[in-house]
Amino acid sequence: MKVVLLGATRGIGRAVARLLAERGERIILLGRSPQQLQRTARDLEIRGAEAPVATAPCDLLRPEGFAAALDRAEQELGGFETVIVTAGLFGTQQQLEDDPELAARVLSADFTNTVLFCEEVRRRLLAGGGGTLCVFSSVAGERGRQPVILYGAAKAGLSRYLEGLDHKFRARGLKTVCVKPGFVHTGMTAGLKPPPLAGRTQEVARRVLRAVDRGTPEIYVPPMWRPVMCVIRNLPRWVMRRIQF
Amino acid sequence: MGVAVLLSPPGRPHSSQDEPMPPQPYRTTMTGWGRYPVVEGLAVKSEDLEQATVGAALCRGLGRSYGDSSLPARADDLVVDTTLADRLLAFDPASGMLRAEAGLSLWDLNRLLLRRGWFVPVSPGTQWVTLGGMVASDVHGKNHHRDGCFGRHLRSLRLRVADGRIVECSDEQEKELFRATVGGMGLTGHILEVEFPMHRIPSPWIWGETERIADLDALVAGLKEAAGSWPMTVAWADSLARGRGLGRGILIKGRWAEPGEAPDRPPRLKRPWRVPLRLPRLVFCRASVRMFNLLYYCKHCPHLSSGILHPETFFYPLDVLDNWNLIYGRRGFTQYQCVLPHAGDNGPVRRLLELFASADGKAFLCVIKDCGAEGKGMLSFPRPGISVAVDFPVDPKNTQALVDRLNELVIDEGGRIYLTKDAFTRAEHFRAMEPRLGAFNAVRKKWDPQGRLRSAQSVRLLGDAA
Repeated sequence: MKVVLLGATRGIGRAVARLLAERGERIILLGRSPQQLQRTARDLEIRGAEAPVATAPCDLLRPEGFAAALDRAEQELGGFETVIVTAGLFGTQQQLEDDPELAARVLSADFTNTVLFCEEVRRRLLAGGGGTLCVFSSVAGERGRQPVILYGAAKAGLSRYLEGLDHKFRARGLKTVCVKPGFVHTGMTAGLKPPPLAGRTQEVARRVLRAVDRGTPEIYVPPMWRPVMCVIRNLPRWVMRRIQF
Repeated sequence: MGVAVLLSPPGRPHSSQDEPMPPQPYRTTMTGWGRYPVVEGLAVKSEDLEQATVGAALCRGLGRSYGDSSLPARADDLVVDTTLADRLLAFDPASGMLRAEAGLSLWDLNRLLLRRGWFVPVSPGTQWVTLGGMVASDVHGKNHHRDGCFGRHLRSLRLRVADGRIVECSDEQEKELFRATVGGMGLTGHILEVEFPMHRIPSPWIWGETERIADLDALVAGLKEAAGSWPMTVAWADSLARGRGLGRGILIKGRWAEPGEAPDRPPRLKRPWRVPLRLPRLVFCRASVRMFNLLYYCKHCPHLSSGILHPETFFYPLDVLDNWNLIYGRRGFTQYQCVLPHAGDNGPVRRLLELFASADGKAFLCVIKDCGAEGKGMLSFPRPGISVAVDFPVDPKNTQALVDRLNELVIDEGGRIYLTKDAFTRAEHFRAMEPRLGAFNAVRKKWDPQGRLRSAQSVRLLGDAA
């Protein structure tokens, strides 16, 4: 398997990359910091990824660089059939309400630019006869929720986009995997009070990779978030207004 | 201090990409493996250790030190959780030389490299430790009589020192700093990267031999005799047996199995069980401990047994219970570990065990090990002699007095204690048993004149300002 990873220097993305490395896959890492990419690449090589693990600069806030980064990935790997996007920005509702400039960055990184990146990937995968595009959305996009209005809105848009992509192109060989993580113990959530049954990074990464292998269109990690979100989606508005969830 | 600056912008977004922004500190409660003491602290956790250690007072890995070594001295001292900084940076399959970030766990390293025929030169009794912690504690293992401490094998370290600079140190470069950092409890600088050679092993399995031994003299004699022919030895003794049976126990010896005698398949890593809840204190009474120790002793029914062992069973017998520290109940527990110089009649060890038993000490098995030469770390724990380690639950009425009496005995006998286990020793006792303290303090003073790096333990034992 030849895999392009965007955002694998940290968190769940790193854990997924390590599982791929242990299977001996060919990997290219896209991300912002050349130094962090290099260090992660060496780590993946020692863990079993086919050496050398290539890296290329790619910044979700600079969509003009997407084509070049993916060109580079095609050159390095000689084509690819799997792309996993775990990169994204997060800000609490309070932060985003207070800082419109930050809100603009989060909204464009998590929605517009992620979609633009996926469009670049879509064209290339379809030209190569298909493949798998796995993108991290969030349970935050399942319902308009008070603690994650802006972030959730971006993720909601992203989830719908991925769903549409899957409906239209699966028959032509492009499988879209939309990952909806709930609370997972990572650097991003360090210090937040975890809800019951919060996910562990490695376990979540294993489920994500299984979904990529099978081409599952949508997964919730940890899986208990599926029934939880099913309830949330169906709560009447007067309840949603009263609860802080 | 830098801490306040780091904490100030509450509106910092967090990114899962390589955002060059400082990670967010957060308030949390922290405790060591003994669950005593418990303190409030300010922690920060990030994949980027270089960035996270700016302005920090202390680093903390998997929190396996028993007492207060990895706890902050004050609630607003920043403590860096290193466990996300766990990348392997270089590995040479010809020489075994390995370089990794300090938060890499021994568990992860074993999972990756044991099956490829490599093992750390020195392993402590649990694999839930980070490389940084192994350096800071200068850990020893079952092969101490032959291979010394982890620090002996260490090639070099990358440190963030107190003034914010990043320094590479080794025996060739900044030797003083290097030797103070080995076994220096993280007080000389934040360990960012660790480089050392992995050892080639003939197979990932162990050929082990266990022997039941009826008293202390025979146990120590057995350890000394086995040291000549076995690379790894340790003994477990029944801490409650008295009189003639004092120090009766099990002598465990092992070596890496040769390919011919070991199974062809690599050992499957075990999934640890979890203790579901903290056990009520009633479970832990003298009778139950006595029963457990007796059962363990009797389990080794044939006086001698040998065979192929799973490496985890041999090196990390307690890791089968993921959180065995909960069995001691709400108040937590402590471990007392000291090394006592050799004596012909094993008098020092005998007196220590007798004192422990007479003071109503309750301990599951006590671990006895003969130590080889002193390590190169300035505060490294082992020295030639017999190391004794006993766990016991914290009792507000009793524990301080018991540790004081044990320490007085250790001072009289010319031994010393292991800082990684300690939560109760008094500063004057520590000074009395540690003639090397002056040299260590001088290096700290030189690299950290303002005393920015400190822990609850360094305030308690080394006289750092609180």
